[in-house]
Amino acid sequence: MGIPVKYNIRNLIVRKITTGLTVLGIALVVAVFLCVMSLAEGLARVFKSSGSVRNIIVLRQNSQSEVQSGVTRDQVPLIMTLPGIERDTDGSPLASPELVVGLNLEKIEGGTSNVTLRGISEKGSLLRPQFRLIEGRMFSPGLSEVIVSSGISKRFKNCGLGDIIRFGSYLWNVVGIFDAGGTAPDSEIWTEVDGALNDFKRLAYSSVLLRTTDSVARDQIIKALAIDPRLALEGKSERAYYEEQTSTAEPIKFLGFFIGVIMAIGASFGAMNTMYATVSARTQEIATLRVLGFSRPAILASFIVEALCLALLGGLLGCLLGILAVNLALSGITGTTNFTTFSEVVFAFRLTPKLLLMGIVFSIFTGLIGGILPASQAAFTKITLALRQVG
Amino acid sequence: MNNPLIRVEKIVKKYHRGAEELTVLNGLNLNIEDGEFIALMGPSGSGKTTLLNLIAGIDRPTSGHVFVRTDDISSMSESGLAEWRSRHIGFIFQTYNLIPVLTAYENVELPLLLTPLGGAERRKHVEIALYIVGLADRMSHYPSQLSGGQEQRVAIARAIVTDPTLLIADEPTGDLDAKSAEEVLVLLERLNIEFKKTIVMVTHDPKAAARARRLVRLEKGILIEENHMDGHSSSGLTDGINVSGISAKSE
Ligand SMILES: Nc1ncnc2c1ncn2[C@@H]1O[C@H](COP(=O)(O)OP(=O)(O)O)[C@@H](O)[C@H]1O
Ligand SMILES: [Mg+2]
Repeated sequence: MGIPVKYNIRNLIVRKITTGLTVLGIALVVAVFLCVMSLAEGLARVFKSSGSVRNIIVLRQNSQSEVQSGVTRDQVPLIMTLPGIERDTDGSPLASPELVVGLNLEKIEGGTSNVTLRGISEKGSLLRPQFRLIEGRMFSPGLSEVIVSSGISKRFKNCGLGDIIRFGSYLWNVVGIFDAGGTAPDSEIWTEVDGALNDFKRLAYSSVLLRTTDSVARDQIIKALAIDPRLALEGKSERAYYEEQTSTAEPIKFLGFFIGVIMAIGASFGAMNTMYATVSARTQEIATLRVLGFSRPAILASFIVEALCLALLGGLLGCLLGILAVNLALSGITGTTNFTTFSEVVFAFRLTPKLLLMGIVFSIFTGLIGGILPASQAAFTKITLALRQVG
Repeated sequence: MNNPLIRVEKIVKKYHRGAEELTVLNGLNLNIEDGEFIALMGPSGSGKTTLLNLIAGIDRPTSGHVFVRTDDISSMSESGLAEWRSRHIGFIFQTYNLIPVLTAYENVELPLLLTPLGGAERRKHVEIALYIVGLADRMSHYPSQLSGGQEQRVAIARAIVTDPTLLIADEPTGDLDAKSAEEVLVLLERLNIEFKKTIVMVTHDPKAAARARRLVRLEKGILIEENHMDGHSSSGLTDGINVSGISAKSE
C-alpha cells in the first residue's frame, strides 16, 4: 500500500489559500476552454446535423455554395427527370428548385447582418424533415409572404409574426415562424421561389434540392451529373455540402484549442509552482516517510496524486463555471457569420458531456505536467540532508 | 556468544565540502548484541548522526560494512534498503517528525501500510502501540494538539508498531523539558527491559545516557567504550555491563 490519499487531500486543505488560488487558476482556464469549444460545437452542429444523406443538392460546377451557384430554368426539367429520384405520393418528383438571396437586415441589438432569404418550391419543406411550423401558417405563392425561423425572428427587427420585412423596395409579410431543429434553415427566411425570382429579376435558380430513393441512386445521380458536359452542374450529397460549410467552425475550434493550450501551459506553471512550494515546505516530512520505508516511487506517486487532485478540483470547478457561463450568460441563441456564404448563422452554445470530459482531461494534463517535476524532486530528496533541515 | 545483532565493520564516512574532504568516521567498529540499550555520546559534529544513519540504512558508508544479522545492508539497492528499513528499523527523531496532517492514530499506522496487514489487524497493532506509550486516549489528536512529550511518545509508538529489529533514537530528549524527557527515557528503558527491544540512542545528556546499559563515545571518527558511572572502561563489545544502579539489570 502506498501513502494514503488522505495525506494529500489534507495537505491541500491545510494550504487552502494556495490551493484555492491554484484551483481557481486551473478552473478559469478550463471554463474559457469550454466556452470557446462549446461555441465551436454549437456552430459545427448546425452544419453537421443539416442535410440528409439521401438528399442531393445540385449546384453549378465548382461553386462553393448556393450563393455562387446558378441553375437555369431549362436545366430544371432535365434534373427532375433523372432516374432514382424519390416520388411524392402524387407521383411528382421530390425535388425543389431554390433561390438563395442575401438580405441585409437590421439586428434588434443594433447593426446589420446578412440573412439568407430562400425561395423554395412546393416540395422544399418536405425535403427537410426537421422543419416544423411553430406559429402562423405557411406562405401562399405569389403574395410576397414569408415564414421566418424563430432564431432569426428573435434576432432581427421586423421579423416577428405579422411584421413586414422591408428590403430595398420590397415588402414581405411574415405569416409564419418555423423551427428547423438546429439545422441550417434555422438561420433562414423562406418564401415561394418563383415569386422570389420575379422580385429579384433573376433568370436562374441557385440550386435544386432533391431526394433520392436510396444511396445507390444517389451515387448514380451524382455521377450522371458529373459526366454530363452540357449541363455543367454538379451534385453533392446534402450532408457533404453542409459539412464543407462547417469550415466556419474549424477556425473557432482551432482557436479554442490554441487559447486552451496556451492558458493550460500557464496553469501548469501555476500548479508546478504550488507543488514545488509544497515539496520544499515538506522536505523533512518526505525524508521521514522515506525513513519509515516508503519507496521513491511511492513518494513520486503521492505527489503526482496531489497535483492531480489539485488539477481535478480545478477541472471540476471549471466545468461548473463553464456550465454556468453557457447556461446563464451565453444562453440566448447567437449568430455569427458563415464565412463561405457571408450570411448570418444562428446557433446555440453547446456544452456537451464530451466537452466536459475534455475539460476534465485538460485539467488532468495540467496537473500531470505541473506535478511531475516537483514530484520527482520529492522522490529524489536526499534523506540525510533533508533530516538536517530544521523543520 | 551468538553472532551480534549488528556488526559495524571498518566504517569510513567522508563528506566533501567543495574541494575539502572531511573524514567523519574513520574505520569505526561496533558490535551491538540483541537486547542491548546503547547510549552514544560525543561532541557536536563528531559524527553520531552519521553513524546512526549508516546503521539505519539511510546512508551509505564510503567504505566498510554494516551487517544486521546476516544482511550486508551497505550493499543493498535503494529500494531494497527502503523495504529493509520498513521491517527492521524504528527511528526516533529529535524533532519527532510526525506528519502534521495525520492524527496520532494515522501517524502510528503509517509504517503498517507497508506490511501486508489488513485494516483490523493494523488497528489492533496501533492501539497496542499507543497504549504502551500511554496515549491510547489521544488517538484522534493531531500533532499540533499534543505537547512535545506526547508527540515524542506518538513517534515512539510509530517506531515500535512494526516490532522492528532495532530502535534508533537520535537525541530523543533534545527538544523536551526535563519532565517530558524523563517520561520518554522511562519509556525507552521499559521497551528495552520489558519488551527486549534493542536500542541505540544518541544523547548529550548524561542523565539520559545513564538509562542505557552501555555507553560508547564517538571521538575523532572512532568509538571509545565507556562505563561512565563507575569509571570502568568496558573491555570489549559485550553486553551485560552494569551501567549504574538505576537501571542496571543484573544477570
Ligand atoms: N551531508 C553532509 N555533507 C557535508 N558534511 C556533512 C554532511 N552531513 C554531516 N556533515 C558533517 O559531518 C560532521 C558530523 O555530522 P553529524 O553526524 O551530524 O554529527 P553529530 O550528530 O555528532 O553532531 C559534521 O561536521 C557535519 O557538518
Ligand atoms: Mg546529530
